[in-house]
Amino acid sequence: MWSVTRPLLQECTLACYRLLSAMTQAVPPILSITPSRALVDEKFQVLVENLPPGCPVTLHSLHHSEDKDDWEAYGHYVSDHRGVVSVTEDLSFGGTYTGKEPMGLLWSMRPVPGSREGLRLRKINVCTPMLVNISVHSGHEDFRDRTPLASALAERWYMAPGVKRIDINKQGVQGTLFIPPGPGPFPTLLDMWGGGVGLLEYRSALLASRGYVSFSLDYLRSEHLSADVEFKYFETAFNIIRNHPQVIPDRVGILGISLGSTVAFNLTAYSTIIKVNVPRCIVCISSNHYHPPGTTLKAGFKILSKHFHKAHFDENNYMSWRSFGLDLIADPSNNVEVGRINCPMLLVNGCDDQNWPTVETAEEVARLLREGGKEHLLSRLAYPGAGHLIEPPFSPHFRATKFIILNSKKKVILLWGGHTKAHSDAQEDSWRKILSFLQLHLYHSPSVKAKL
Amino acid sequence: MQLSLRLKCLSVQPSRGLMDEKFIVLVQNALPGSQLTIRALHQCEDGHSWEAFGHYTADTTGTINVSEDPSIGGTYSGVEQMGLLWSFRPIPGSKSGLRMRKKNIQTPMEVTISVYQGHQTEGFADLVPLSGVAVERWYMAPGVRRIPVTEGGLTAALFLPSGPGPFPGLLDLWGGGGQLVEYRAALLASHGFASMAIDYLTAKITMETGKMVDNQYFETAYRVLQQHPQVCGSKIAMIGLSFGTSITLKMAVYSEVIKLSAAVCISGSHVQPVDGSVEEILRFFQKNGEKTRFSEKNEVIWRDLLLPIPTDPSLKVNVGRLQCPLLLVVGEDDQNWPSQESALDIKEMMARAGNSHLLTVLSYPNAGHLIEPPYTPHARSSTLKTVEIEEKVMCLWGGQTVEHSRAQEDAWKKMVVFLKENLYGGRNPTSFSHL
Repeated sequence: MWSVTRPLLQECTLACYRLLSAMTQAVPPILSITPSRALVDEKFQVLVENLPPGCPVTLHSLHHSEDKDDWEAYGHYVSDHRGVVSVTEDLSFGGTYTGKEPMGLLWSMRPVPGSREGLRLRKINVCTPMLVNISVHSGHEDFRDRTPLASALAERWYMAPGVKRIDINKQGVQGTLFIPPGPGPFPTLLDMWGGGVGLLEYRSALLASRGYVSFSLDYLRSEHLSADVEFKYFETAFNIIRNHPQVIPDRVGILGISLGSTVAFNLTAYSTIIKVNVPRCIVCISSNHYHPPGTTLKAGFKILSKHFHKAHFDENNYMSWRSFGLDLIADPSNNVEVGRINCPMLLVNGCDDQNWPTVETAEEVARLLREGGKEHLLSRLAYPGAGHLIEPPFSPHFRATKFIILNSKKKVILLWGGHTKAHSDAQEDSWRKILSFLQLHLYHSPSVKAKL
Repeated sequence: MQLSLRLKCLSVQPSRGLMDEKFIVLVQNALPGSQLTIRALHQCEDGHSWEAFGHYTADTTGTINVSEDPSIGGTYSGVEQMGLLWSFRPIPGSKSGLRMRKKNIQTPMEVTISVYQGHQTEGFADLVPLSGVAVERWYMAPGVRRIPVTEGGLTAALFLPSGPGPFPGLLDLWGGGGQLVEYRAALLASHGFASMAIDYLTAKITMETGKMVDNQYFETAYRVLQQHPQVCGSKIAMIGLSFGTSITLKMAVYSEVIKLSAAVCISGSHVQPVDGSVEEILRFFQKNGEKTRFSEKNEVIWRDLLLPIPTDPSLKVNVGRLQCPLLLVVGEDDQNWPSQESALDIKEMMARAGNSHLLTVLSYPNAGHLIEPPYTPHARSSTLKTVEIEEKVMCLWGGQTVEHSRAQEDAWKKMVVFLKENLYGGRNPTSFSHL
């Protein structure tokens, strides 16, 4: 990658700015985003045309979130001899991302200077798109001093056209169900998020857009009286979904992240009502199998919080649970007996996870399955430089965010880990592989009860 | 589940696209060699249902890719990536003479695409598809704004692209059916042009006073556009279809106020009483009404009304005086206007005057009169109510569906490039070569 020297850049910028000023009395450059409406896991091409040749410009993306924060990303480019900048083909020389990064304007987004600390970007209303404004400015370092030359708006959707969203409140089970368009019935996923965030629907909406009935289960809101009651809640949820007319009963899988993966392990290892081939497969992202027997999830959290004094705080005072987590899972009696699991499993982890020893957990799962002669059931993905929050692709990376400790008013900033570029690559790669794993086990594999 | 289940995965990418964007329709995980029908269904705003379908055979990997594999039957055949849209026709039992046109362009056209077992040709309503997806086709890109215009007595709608601007401007005129037709202007705004669709035959002022608009009406539209803070006043073009061509050529050559950077004339003619008002031009056409012919299906053919092309210079816009680039789009099977003959005459006039370097003619064999934005269905004839006659007639537009659809796709692409080159710069001739 060749670097552009500063004085030369300033000269170029001035010359281009003069030319552009003259031009904008005539006509400005054209910025286009193709496709302008897409699902959040789809790529787009950002192209600027009609610039003077060899012109330093900055491409800037801006998003105003539902929480009323502003997020941005930008890359510094130089137009070619045709006066074109192609984010897909050209190199960014600096900004929030560098190099050839077609989607850098999305995944490298971060709160604008002056924002509150520890923010996290998540879409709550999945029926409307995320709006991203992409603009082109002349110059590099001082691009903010000038009004944009051109801009365009991109819509990023979690829901494909025709996907139906249904609130579920049945037999005490609460959550949101997403059904793909078409006659059905469909392979299905029980989708579970992590602790401390409430009900998040966006991954389920996206899975439905990819052809799966997906149920985002709300499992932390209510106070379960005992571990048994809580376990029954999950089994009931699983059965409600399995018996839904749009669901193929023997093609139901479970997908969980963080605490959600604990639920996935727990349900799959111990349920007696869930029989052969059900769940058909499970995907555990940032796997966590810590679940002291006889405790509810909230009680488990309480036990965890007793170890907070052992938490490691980094130079920014961000809190990491990883080290005391390691101590806790060292005692196998604290953990779900994952060796009991009999279905195909995909574990996705970030090697720089600072929140929980998820890689060590995955190692332990592999060891236990190997002992039971079931290693063939396991697929593992471990990404160097990725953190705990492995989300659908192109969403910004959060190395640390505000977190409210359950049952207390205490706010901390939790360290999730990960380095932005590596983490974003992991999100993109893992999503593709998760979808491919789900397709294999839920769409393509023949039904066990097939007639020979 | 007792039977071995093969779940067919149908996908359409992008699921939300602009009206002129291509999509990829893919079926996966079908039984290799199996026969399948892919069908598109759309219910338009006036409640009529339209369908298109192709017959396919899954390959050895169990895949059908509509952009690579041939349809061997249905409403289109061969490798036709967009056949499911341009070959739309009213479902059996519909009334005749229908034409698909979207009025509310702020919502998308919704199309359901489904895959059925076997090669089906009818009775789809009674069949259960194997899989189905919903697709949205938009006239407006995100961020494009629609602004109604009533200033100066205009009945118009301005579509502004997203961004600070300023943008080159466009005046968009349709033909004898009147009404405020917005979709082409909306789509052009999605390509970076501040486009104003104008109703000049059934404008509010005409409906209220009974009087046709005069030439000042168009000059007012030009001024309003030119003075808009987000419009680049020195880069304005005009696009007209059918009777809209008559207005466009007249304004381009004779108006003291309107200075065009480019003009696009689709399916029209330069034949008109020079310096006539809209009303006078219409009366001139009516005078030749006895030249109306009828097809064997009793469809009205109006192409002879202006034939033969007169030699009298007072009956033709003097295109030799044209000072801006002109793109003429002609369907050689146009049964409504003598656009091909007119184009030839225009070419001759400009050659004699020495300004033929400004002229580009796109002439399409077997294309008809209604050369619209791509991937919308071809209507060889449809019912029409013009401002001149009270009752509806069945008008023959002409064109053969396959060639007409190809003409729409090709003409649109070239038209957008023509407008970009003449309105956005042309300093870098290779800038838009990828289009």
